[in-house]
Amino acid sequence: MGYKAKFRVWRGESGEGRLEDFTVEVNEGEVVLDIIHRLQATQAPDLAVRWNCKAGKCGSCSMEINGKPRLGCMTRMSTFTEDETITVTPLRTFPVIKDLVCDVSFNYEKAREIPSFTPPADVKPGEYRMQQVDVQRSQEFRKCIECFLCQNVCHVIRDHEENKPAFAGPRFFIRIAELDMHPYDVRDRRPQAAQEEHGLGYCNITKCCTEVCPEHIKITDNAIIPMKERAVDRKYDPLVWLGSKIFKRSS
Amino acid sequence: MERHEYDVVVIGAGGAGLRAAIEARQQGKRTAIVCKSLFGKAHTVMAEGGAAAAMGNVNPNDNWMVHFRDTMRGGKFLNNWRMAELHAKDAPDRVWELEAWGALFDRTKDGKISQRNFGGHEYPRLAHVGDRTGLELIRTLQQRVVALQQEDEELHGDFEAYIKVFAECTVTRLLKDEETGAIAGAFGYRRETGDFIVFDAPAVVLATGGIGKSFVVTSNSWEYTGDGHALALLAGAKLINMEFIQFHPTGMVWPPSVRGILVTESVRGDGGVLRNSEGRRFMFDYIPDVFKDKYATTEEEGDRWYTDQANNRRPPELLPRDEVARAINSEVKAGRGSPQGGVFLDVSTRLPAEEITRRLPSMYHQFKELADVDITAEPMQVGPTCHYVMGGIEVDADTQAASVPGLFAAGEVSGGMHGSNRLGGNSLSDLLVFGRRAGAGASAYVNDLTRRPVPSGVEEAKAEALEPLERTGGENPYEVHHELQRTMNDLVGIIRKAEEMSEALQGIEKLKERAGNTASTGSRIYNPGWHLAIDLRNMLLVSECVARAALLRQESRGGHTRDDFPTMTAEWRRRLLVCSAAPDGSNVKVEEQAQPSMRGDLITLFERSELEKYLTEDELAEFDAALENAVKES
Ligand SMILES: Cc1cc2nc3c(=O)[nH]c(=O)nc-3n(C[C@H](O)[C@H](O)[C@H](O)COP(=O)(O)OP(=O)(O)OC[C@H]3O[C@@H](n4cnc5c(N)ncnc54)[C@H](O)[C@@H]3O)c2cc1C
Ligand code: SF4
Ligand code: SF4
Ligand code: FES
Repeated sequence: MGYKAKFRVWRGESGEGRLEDFTVEVNEGEVVLDIIHRLQATQAPDLAVRWNCKAGKCGSCSMEINGKPRLGCMTRMSTFTEDETITVTPLRTFPVIKDLVCDVSFNYEKAREIPSFTPPADVKPGEYRMQQVDVQRSQEFRKCIECFLCQNVCHVIRDHEENKPAFAGPRFFIRIAELDMHPYDVRDRRPQAAQEEHGLGYCNITKCCTEVCPEHIKITDNAIIPMKERAVDRKYDPLVWLGSKIFKRSS
Repeated sequence: MERHEYDVVVIGAGGAGLRAAIEARQQGKRTAIVCKSLFGKAHTVMAEGGAAAAMGNVNPNDNWMVHFRDTMRGGKFLNNWRMAELHAKDAPDRVWELEAWGALFDRTKDGKISQRNFGGHEYPRLAHVGDRTGLELIRTLQQRVVALQQEDEELHGDFEAYIKVFAECTVTRLLKDEETGAIAGAFGYRRETGDFIVFDAPAVVLATGGIGKSFVVTSNSWEYTGDGHALALLAGAKLINMEFIQFHPTGMVWPPSVRGILVTESVRGDGGVLRNSEGRRFMFDYIPDVFKDKYATTEEEGDRWYTDQANNRRPPELLPRDEVARAINSEVKAGRGSPQGGVFLDVSTRLPAEEITRRLPSMYHQFKELADVDITAEPMQVGPTCHYVMGGIEVDADTQAASVPGLFAAGEVSGGMHGSNRLGGNSLSDLLVFGRRAGAGASAYVNDLTRRPVPSGVEEAKAEALEPLERTGGENPYEVHHELQRTMNDLVGIIRKAEEMSEALQGIEKLKERAGNTASTGSRIYNPGWHLAIDLRNMLLVSECVARAALLRQESRGGHTRDDFPTMTAEWRRRLLVCSAAPDGSNVKVEEQAQPSMRGDLITLFERSELEKYLTEDELAEFDAALENAVKES
């Protein structure tokens, strides 16, 4: 059942690197991350890779496999033929620290720029009442495991370093949408803010983010497009915005 | 060397660490959070089923006393009862507070937080979000930290003025003040650069999680190398109950590379059943005497319970985990296992497909993607996996203070709360309850200090960390690790024998020598081989504690099953095993310590007939006296 696979893995640190060839054993049922681990244990003890859960839950093992952004732990070896050479490289959008490990601090900085959940002052913990249908929309976005594959694939920043300061990226567009749809969030989250302050305006709805999302979150259809539509609809109409908030709580 | 001064340093960014840090910061302390992974990726993120809290949203009969009783029963009465009491009382507030920080739990029809059934819990009690509750918990706490940072930015112009996360940074030693012996900080390295870092702080909260990576088959990640357990021990604190390790009954068994990955108990809580190769629901054959009157004896009654809990008893698939894990083990040994060496767990014939994908989305996804199994159409194959360590740092129940001044511990790394066996869902609530208490305990300790302690031992810590890189031609750390995992799995696993444990201890001695001779190639930048070589010290030390304590305890109870001492004895319930070690990790000692008697108002929450199964005659006399007192007072 086992066979020897050909792997090409990007290796390097401090700004230099190259693809290195390996021949490595593969057994039934294994995923790409298993093979990386086997390389560590047998041929390249200092090969750097992030992982935690090995079950697609933590979003640590993001990498590019044959050029496609994927979770290493959820990419089965059986999806490749035995004679195929599998190329594994780090995420392209973020600076490489070493081998498959990138500096993803960009995302943590963006997270701080989104104003936090703001509950009404007069509702005490324990008194929250929400219907399942009303929380479901935000729950979809809260499934996000912060793998940052969507951030990595988005062309606005993938090859345009200069856009990074102004662009929060799809992961944080869904965060804004999530908060906007939260039945108890009372903060002013008019979509123009997303459009102007967080760079939603740069997005031209290519849907690449939705395609790579391992949690199958409909980033474009359920978050980006509705926000963009509303931004156009209600530019400069605070009354409409207020009305939507009141409606949200009483429904 | 990079050096930082803080009031409180929290080691660990899982549920317990984040909750502790939030508390310390809310009490005005300058707080650092240090963790090995990226922010938001700690082990807690993997928790599936839910957080137990007696809110009574689904069944109004639930309250803290029922939760307390269930917790004590689950732990076979070995629990630190004060912790079990505080846990049951505080848990609802801690869950509600998450909601005020933005968490979105699944709802009941009347808009409250929904609660699900779980093994050992009398009523539906687990607040949850599908089967990704841990993600919700950690993200909420992570976002709460960010919210506090935003407040600080507004007030002081700096996000990190009062709370800062040092991600991908591993602590290898706690630092003490030479004069007073109190905690004075922590020493570690940054994984990304290999540079060393010193935290100068009078209070340290350990929230480093568990030890599962010392076993081959485990649901735990690489982070679970028992660092906090070892750091505490080396700093002079004590570990308690280390013989008790929870083997979760349902881990994946196939394919081999995912062996051990967890299949949440919610599958059974929501109706899934266990069958052997003969198609029999074998759990009915394994209801132990102590639980006889609480579990259904026929499939019909068990099935009725899901819709009518008042008039039926729960199905035995929902017995505490230790019971179910042993039963599966026996079935497989008796030759009635599934083709891949587990048993069948079936939900496909119990719920409509769309219900399954709604309630258990990540299980559906996990089996589909990793094993090519559609759980809405066919049964899963499952078997026991090393999951959780009940043992941990001995702490004061109210403040989570360890015996070394300035040291606090919360979450899986602390011991006592769960006794000999933890109930599902009681960990996430434990993290919140005792995380907050540890943060408060550390803050109060800092308030009372008259002088800042001075860290010592930095040079020694640095030399120790560099050793593996300086050797050439030594052992491969991956091989030493693998050998340790096999030793623990095979010899100190789910069923234990004296000879095997002695053999394990000899094995550990040899592995210690080999670990002392590991060599790591490559640079200091993000070098997993080097990191593992450093972690081996911790894994070996903790494994030795487990094996030594397990060898001493001559009975079977919860997460400790002895083939040569198969019964539970009242005598042993009163004896707790406490481990200590010398600062260099040598001289590991295990000593007995008496379990204090339960407070009168707590023990009288139980029926005498139930207590008779657990307590000695002397203790029962205490119970009778307590009862009499209670009658007199009322
Ligand atoms: C698959 C799975 C499912 C589970 N499901 C449930 C459930 O449904 N309900 C429930 O109640 N419990 C569940 N549990 C148990 C529960 O998730 C854990 O016990 C709990 O999350 C532990 O939390 P913690 O805060 O103690 O530690 P963790 O969340 O593990 O965090 C430990 C932290 O410490 C850091 N750390 C460790 N060592 C060092 C070091 N040397 N230096 C710096 N940082 C360090 C780590 O990086 C990490 O940030 C589950 C466990 C698993 C594995
Ligand atoms: S849809 Fe928008 S956000 Fe998503 S990848 Fe395309 S441009 Fe980026
Ligand atoms: S939205 Fe999806 S792709 Fe983007 S970070 Fe979250 S889980 Fe990953
Ligand atoms: S290791 Fe957690 S998502 Fe891959």
